[in-house]
Formats: sequence, C-alpha cells, structure tokens
Amino acid sequence: MSKITDMTATHNWSGQKLVSTDYMLFEAPRTKHFMTGSEVVKEAVKRATVDASVSYPITPQSEAAHLIGELWAEGYVGVYFRGENEFGVMSEVAGCSMAGARTITTTSGPGTLRAMENFAQWSGTRAPMQLILMARGINSPLTIQPDNLEVQYLLETGCMIWYAENVQELFDMSLAAFTVAEKPDVHVPIITAVDGFFVSHTREAVMLPEDDIALQPYNPYAAPLPPIDSEMPPGRFLRDPFVMKSNYISYATHASWQWEIRSAVERSKPYARHYLNGLVHVTGTEDAEIAFVTCGTASNQAKEAERELNKLGVKSKVIKLRTIRPFPEDELLEALEGVKHVFVPEFNVVGWLSNEVKAKLYGKSDANIVGAPRVAGGMSMPAEAIIKEVMENINPGKGA
Amino acid sequence: MSHDIYKINPEFREIMPKEIIELEENATWAKNMDKPRGIKELPDTKELLEEHSLCAGCPEAAALRYVLSALPKPEDTIIVNSTGCTSLMFPHIALHTVHSLFGNQNAVASGIKRVLDWRFPDTQKDVVVLAGDGATVDIGLDYTLQSFFRQEKITTICFDNEVYANTGGQESGMTAKGQVFKMAPTGKKFDKVPMWELAKTSGCHYSVNMTASAPKAVAKAVREAILVAREIGPTYINLYTPCILEIGLSANEGLGEMKDQDKDRFASYKHVSPEAEEYLKKCKAEGLL
Ligand SMILES: Cc1ncc(C[n+]2csc(CCOP(=O)(O)OP(=O)(O)O)c2C)c(N)n1
Ligand code: SF4
Repeated sequence: MSKITDMTATHNWSGQKLVSTDYMLFEAPRTKHFMTGSEVVKEAVKRATVDASVSYPITPQSEAAHLIGELWAEGYVGVYFRGENEFGVMSEVAGCSMAGARTITTTSGPGTLRAMENFAQWSGTRAPMQLILMARGINSPLTIQPDNLEVQYLLETGCMIWYAENVQELFDMSLAAFTVAEKPDVHVPIITAVDGFFVSHTREAVMLPEDDIALQPYNPYAAPLPPIDSEMPPGRFLRDPFVMKSNYISYATHASWQWEIRSAVERSKPYARHYLNGLVHVTGTEDAEIAFVTCGTASNQAKEAERELNKLGVKSKVIKLRTIRPFPEDELLEALEGVKHVFVPEFNVVGWLSNEVKAKLYGKSDANIVGAPRVAGGMSMPAEAIIKEVMENINPGKGA
Repeated sequence: MSHDIYKINPEFREIMPKEIIELEENATWAKNMDKPRGIKELPDTKELLEEHSLCAGCPEAAALRYVLSALPKPEDTIIVNSTGCTSLMFPHIALHTVHSLFGNQNAVASGIKRVLDWRFPDTQKDVVVLAGDGATVDIGLDYTLQSFFRQEKITTICFDNEVYANTGGQESGMTAKGQVFKMAPTGKKFDKVPMWELAKTSGCHYSVNMTASAPKAVAKAVREAILVAREIGPTYINLYTPCILEIGLSANEGLGEMKDQDKDRFASYKHVSPEAEEYLKKCKAEGLL
C-alpha cells in the first residue's frame, strides 16, 4: 500500500506526476475510451490525488463506489471503507475532510435524504469535500428509477451544486470540482450531480488524459479554518461560545456566518467559469424567440427537440445550466435576450428548476416561463413531448 | 500540536486575552516535565477548559475537568462532541474539538482518526469522543456500536446523566426503568441499557462503568482507555454524571448522589481484554501510567 509519506514535490504517493488543473483539463493529450459514468468517476478519482473516501451501496451509484474501493486497493486512495448507512457515511467523510483530507463520496435518492442533516453541516464547517450525486427517485412506492427530485432538497444546504449532462462532463467536472471547492476564498463542499442510469450506466465515447498524471494534493493549511489535526492552534470559530448563547451577538454571528457561506458559493463563479468553460452552454439559433432552460440529461432531450423544431421552421435554443449553486443568473439573462417563451423540461415532478428560473427572472425578464414538460418516476422525456408542449403554447388550440 | 504552538507572537502579546497568555505560561502538555500532567496538578496549572455555561454544580463540568487533566497528550488530541449539555462547554476547550450533529460523533471521529493516521503515520494522534447518553446510546447508538465493530482506534466517553438534559428532561435509553420523565409520563418502560456490556460484546478492549465521584479513578480510567485505544482498539467509559437539575438536587448535592450510586447501580464494572491488559502492563513499566 502506498503511503502519504511517499509523496515528493513532483509525484504523489502512487507515483503519478503532479500537474496543474489547467494542464489536466485543457492541455494534457487525451485518448478516446468507451465508458460508463460509474467508470469515469473511477478515472477522475484516479487522477485527483484523493486522500479519503467512504461509501455505502445504493443503486445506481454503488458501482462508482466499488470502483473507488478498487482504486484504494491499488494504492491510489489513502483511506477507504464502507460506512454503516448514509448518515454515517456523510458524517465520516465530514470527519475525513475536517482532518485535512481531499475527500469524495457518492450516493443516490433515498441515501441523500437519509443523510440530509449532514449537508448543511458540511457547508457550515466549510469542509470542501465532493459528493457525486447520481440522482434517483425517492420512495414510496419503492423505486430505483431516474428522477432528480432530491436536488430540490439540496438547494438550500449551502453546498455548491454542479450538474453534468453526460459521461465526458462528469469526468471533467469532478476534477474541476475539487479545484474550485478547495480555493481558499471558496472552500465549501460541492455536489456534482448527474441523472442516475442515464449517465451512470450509459457507455459513451470519452476523451481521457493518461493516468500517469494527477492533480496537486489538497493543502489543508490554505483553508479559511484550521484543519482538525492539532497542528496549529484551534480557530476562533471552534473556540468562541457565540453561537451557543442566546444573545444579540450570537444571532449576529450565526446570521453573518450563513451569509458568508452563501457569499463563498458566489465567489466560486469566476473559477467555475474558467474550469467549466462558462457556467451555461448555449446551443441552437442565436436570435430564437423560444428557449429551453435545462440541466443534466434534459438538456440532451431539449437539444433534440431544438433540431426537430428547426426543421419545422421554429427557431429555438437550449440554455444548459452547468452550475445550479451558484445560480448563473447573469449568464441566463444574457442568453434570454429577445426570447419570448422559456420552457423548462425536467426529470422531476415538483419542477425545482423552473421554480428557480422563475424566482431568478422575476421582474428581470418579460418572457413567458413554462415549467414543462415535467416527468417523474423514471418516465422518459422524448423530444416529441417537448415539441408538443412548445406547439401548444405558441400555437394555442392548434397543437403540434 | 507541539506545545510551542501556544507561543504568542510578541507583537500581539499586549492585546491577547488573559486566558491565552495563561495557556502559554501555565498549561500542561505531555512534553512539559516541569509541570507534569495529571489530576494532582489541576489546582495550580492552567486548565484546558476556561469557563462554561452549565448549571452551577453540574457534575458534567467537574467530570470534563478530570478528563482533560488526564489526557496523555493533549497537544495531539482531538475531541469530538455531540449536541447536548456537554456541547456548551466545547467552545471553551483549548484544543481542537468538533461539535457536528446530534448522534454522529463516533462516525465523525472515525473519519478524523483514519485520516490522521494516514496523514501523520509517525505521530500518535488521539481521538476522544465525549457525548451524552442520548447521543451515545439512542440517536447515535448505531454509529457508536459500528465504530466498535470496525475497531476504530478511538475512546468513547459517555456522560451518562440518565436523561436528555439539554432539551428539558426527556427519558433516554439509559434512564432506569420506571422513572417518570417528560415523554415517559407513566414511567420508563424498559431497563437501563447496559451500554458497558454492549461495548464489550461489540469489540471494545476496555470498558468501564463508574460515577464521576472520585477524580483520581476517573483520570486513571481515561488515561488507560486512551492508551489502549492508541495501540489496541476501541475503548469505552460510561461515566455517571447526574443531571442535578432534572432530578431535583441543589448545586452541592451532585457529589453525594454520585457517591451513593457508587455502592448501588454504578458499582464499578471493568472489562479489559487480555491484549489490553498486556499493553497496560507495558505502559506502566514505561512510566506512561
Ligand atoms: C436530529 C436531532 N434531534 C433532536 C435534537 C434535539 N436535542 C438536542 S440535545 C438533545 C438531548 C441530549 O441528550 P444527551 O445526549 O443525553 O445529553 P445531555 O444534554 O443530557 O448532556 C436532543 C434530543 C437534535 N439536536 N437533533
Ligand atoms: S441541565 Fe442537567 S446536565 Fe445540563 S448542565 Fe444542568 S445539571 Fe448539568
């Protein structure tokens, strides 16, 4: 087993050459592979100099968690074990991250909800770990189908949330995610989400850099709070009794801390813009009057609808949001210039994304925002369903 | 943390709070031979607990002072806590402490301990969990026991006040059968959970049940438990620290209550595994005990 003490200035403990994130993402030569989402999680972790991972099985993320375990057995990951349940795992990874480790875990659907109390605790302690969320339906009745309702619950936890559309994005994003989450002026946890099965189990062509290079290690001593490792004096945040008392100072301290976490998430924008090549990706006709605002695999379906609509003489565009927290409000407004109808197709029944879009655009855009189509419980969203929704709205009574 | 870490930058000395200056000048650390660590030094050394906001006379406060005085190496000790009365003291401890959630203390501690062993393979870092009985035996029981099953090298200390004190006096798994508390209006229906026995059968190499009436005995158990956890595996201390408020005693009656219970429900229980026994003998020979 490799040891952290084997690390040198140029190589990590498993002998990989240390490179910058820019080199890893933009410059390193890449070769083509054919892989599932679960497999590229392994490939990303393998190139990320990860110190710790704890896992618990739940479909569809179990395979990604198994593969991280294999990496540990191969000497690429420092600490790995199976926790007792998701609440335990999210607590264990909190401990790992607080103790100064670059830490990753994965979960899905019911696991996310079982662990819920932890996510706000992660952000409250500014621990920059990464959760790969392979979203799935929430019981009952029992389901393992694709659905991203659970993201609704995560929106206000204070964690960053990025959303990948496909296997390639999942690979690139999860490497960028560590880098951005660990920036000293950001330093908050990050949730990298994909739609379960559609991405986790789909085999796609993906371009990967060689596996003899890896990201620079995490430096816990650049963090805004001291790591819990007894190597420096305990920080004021951990020592002050403020938040434990009921008085004006404690209220003010808690409130300003909450705002600081949200500000830290906002401060990630320039970094995310750089590493993700923009917070939104726009495809379709530039001067379209119809726009789809999407994230994840709904973007893929919307792009297909956009191509079909174009054939029918209806010009549209797809604005894919790559970060949900922070919400790319300015980019969205810019992309909506001249747009009259906004459609938000999504893979969940509550329509959290359309609620977000409506709240962010309120008073700033005159576009008519339609929170549809919306599917749930693993139902598919064919391009026809999207086209039908558009036609019924722009051409009332006449249909598609 | 080396004990030099508390060297104050001379430029800031003038504006430093008094307790930090005292910490630098008069605290006891493992390497400090002039002022050795131990319960006997409590009266004239700087304590690692400055002040607290527990009820006057609360035995938890005294017990925490004994625990802190007994840490074999505080400069390399991390204490993990849970929500409850004890969490009111945590911000005042001059060590790295974590208060995370209610019940997840042994899981957080597992993560911390494993990472510290990974990051600092050549330094002994002790991780000590300290939480109430509600946190240890009810909401957190799964995490407590699983950390024992997994043989995490941590020490778990339960401040067993037999009640949920911080939320106003509800019965816990550790409350005695028949006791009337809020949420048990007709009396608690099942026996006190024998956590010290569960600890033994779940893999702890050292498990004791005692009250906090005798400082020296508490300090001895804490030191032994931490040393065993360092080398052998998980250890558990169940410490009766009655909630004087909820059982209607005044500030000066906590000690008497504990002494009474010493002969009764908390007559001491001690399990030491053969490996731990062997190791403790070695520690004694080396002067660590
Ligand atoms: C998930 C959750 N449920 C309930 C609570 C409320 N709560 C706070 S402290 C506490 C009881 C603490 O009891 P115990 O662990 O015995 O510690 P004590 O206060 O008696 O020292 C409870 C129920 C909480 N903080 N979190
Ligand atoms: S409520 Fe009980 S346990 Fe809590 S501080 Fe007061 S006496 Fe101690």
